[in-house]
Amino acid sequence: MARLINRIRFGRGLVLLVCGIYFAVPMAASLWFSVDDNKGGTTFRAYTELLNAPGFTDSLVLSLELAAVTVVVLLLLLVPAVLAARLGAPRLRPVIEIMCSMPLVVPVVALTTGIIGVLRWGPDYLQDTPFFQTVVAIQDPNFPVVLVIAYVLMALPFAYRAIDAGLRGVDVVTLVEAARNCGAGWLRAVFTVVLPNLRSSLLNAAVLTVALVLGEFTTASILGFTPFSVWINSNGKSDGQMSVAVSMLSLLIVWLVLLLMSAVGRGRKAARS
Amino acid sequence: MTTATVLADGAPLAPGTTSGSATVEFRSLRRAFGATTALDGLDLTVRPGELLALLGPSGCGKTTALRILAGFEQHDSGEVLVDGQDITAIPAHKRDAGMVFQSYSLFPHLTALDNVAFGLRMRGTGKAERRRRAHELLELVGLPHRAEHYPHQMSGGQQQRIALARALALQPRVLLLDEPLSALDAKVRLQLREEIRRLQQELGITTLFVTHDQEEALSMADRVAVLRAGKLEQCATPSELYGRPATAFVAEFVGTMSRIPCTRTSDGVEVLGRRHAVDGEVPADGELQVLVRPENVLLSPDEAGPALVVTASFLGAVTRLTVRLDDGTEVKADLPTEAAAALPAGSRAGLTLPERPVLVDRRAA
Repeated sequence: MARLINRIRFGRGLVLLVCGIYFAVPMAASLWFSVDDNKGGTTFRAYTELLNAPGFTDSLVLSLELAAVTVVVLLLLLVPAVLAARLGAPRLRPVIEIMCSMPLVVPVVALTTGIIGVLRWGPDYLQDTPFFQTVVAIQDPNFPVVLVIAYVLMALPFAYRAIDAGLRGVDVVTLVEAARNCGAGWLRAVFTVVLPNLRSSLLNAAVLTVALVLGEFTTASILGFTPFSVWINSNGKSDGQMSVAVSMLSLLIVWLVLLLMSAVGRGRKAARS
Repeated sequence: MTTATVLADGAPLAPGTTSGSATVEFRSLRRAFGATTALDGLDLTVRPGELLALLGPSGCGKTTALRILAGFEQHDSGEVLVDGQDITAIPAHKRDAGMVFQSYSLFPHLTALDNVAFGLRMRGTGKAERRRRAHELLELVGLPHRAEHYPHQMSGGQQQRIALARALALQPRVLLLDEPLSALDAKVRLQLREEIRRLQQELGITTLFVTHDQEEALSMADRVAVLRAGKLEQCATPSELYGRPATAFVAEFVGTMSRIPCTRTSDGVEVLGRRHAVDGEVPADGELQVLVRPENVLLSPDEAGPALVVTASFLGAVTRLTVRLDDGTEVKADLPTEAAAALPAGSRAGLTLPERPVLVDRRAA
């Protein structure tokens, strides 16, 4: 028995080692390339130039804003819908699941082309109408709401899976009934009992959404906006070392944001227990 | 006679004769789910301070009745009255009915103490007061040392105790127990049912207890209501229900019954060559059978007797023998274990029924 356990442990260690090498070696090589001064020493020139390049802060802030708003809109749309289906109309669950999974089968380029088609539509005689002005307003380069709409659609399948997994682990109907039996109204039962028990899955949904928004390039680029992913692409073309530095910096920033979100979630959980 | 448990500050936890003991009445209650009728004109009254068990097979409507009383289901017609007041329009969170659910329903993100105090928090009770009361309730259910534990750190029995404390925290007028013991193992179930009964009697709280376990119902309840297909078959004390079942369904659902063919006579029925008076009415037509409990069947060793001993099951003080009559009818009989030793499998026995009225039914299909 002990021998078998040792074998399993060895097998796990081997898999971990192979995976570690697969991920770590290219990153270590990239990092080394980005700081190599070709004279056997190191230099952070590529990074300092990158950080001082015009548009760095603006594009990063825009990406973070887009990510935050996308998470809020997505959760505001998804959580009530999924909970309502669980509590009041369980038969609707497959319908919601299919609808939320639809964006997976639509290529991003096709989605973006569709968005362009919608944005271009609009005859001149509608120019003074609120509809036309809304279409213009959602394309404001300072905060392109149209990107939020696109990102919400793209993140829907991942966020839905995360929330659905959380709901499967909790007997929502019984918890809500128990809360109501204790004197809580519907809304209070949801806020005081259901949502705290979905904290992990909500956090997972948020993390996945943020990762998707920070890394999304195609839609933003085609629609002509400059969030961080588009900015690093355009600023990394000047020389090879800088392009690799841009990749490393991008990875680092996304990791930091995700780690921060996970740490906040864990911190709250630890404080509770 | 019940006595109200008193808190440390002298205030009764659930006054036995005031808010803690209401009269509950179901009047002609009907509820259908599509083509399935769950309740078909249920009429039932739960007296103040009593523990009434709703007993019946799956789908008989017992849980539906409880959920309608709790406010989680709406009835199609009829009335639900608590102390004479129709509560149909009152939402679940204002019904003043504490409930313990079948599945563990503690809030996973809250400690035992916070679970018990949850209702008081919803009611706006101050933090210090609700913690004090929650501690007292935890003591009442014997778990003060688990106050800071989360549900996943407790056993099933402990979780149901906490759920009971939570249900009692708001001093409800009615306590609703929806098969609270069914998920527990046999030993814990036995302990907890004694504890629930003790608390119910101490607090004098009107309690409706749903179960499909007849032993649970008979051992805990003041009265047992047997439901069948949404209708009340009989509501009586456990001893009356067992000893004088009103219908063949009740007789066979509560305890074990054997059916023995019989024929009509002018003043009753004839079973195995002997005449018996009938308890209740004799069906006007069809083949008849008498229903008889194992402890009422008398067997004695007799080589020329009509019964062949088929099996013997040791049950402790008694042994249950299954005998087969010449027409193939199987009858169960409980004998003291010493007496049963004289009737091994394969031996023949004489079979008699006691001189008392018997319950008669049409031949079962």
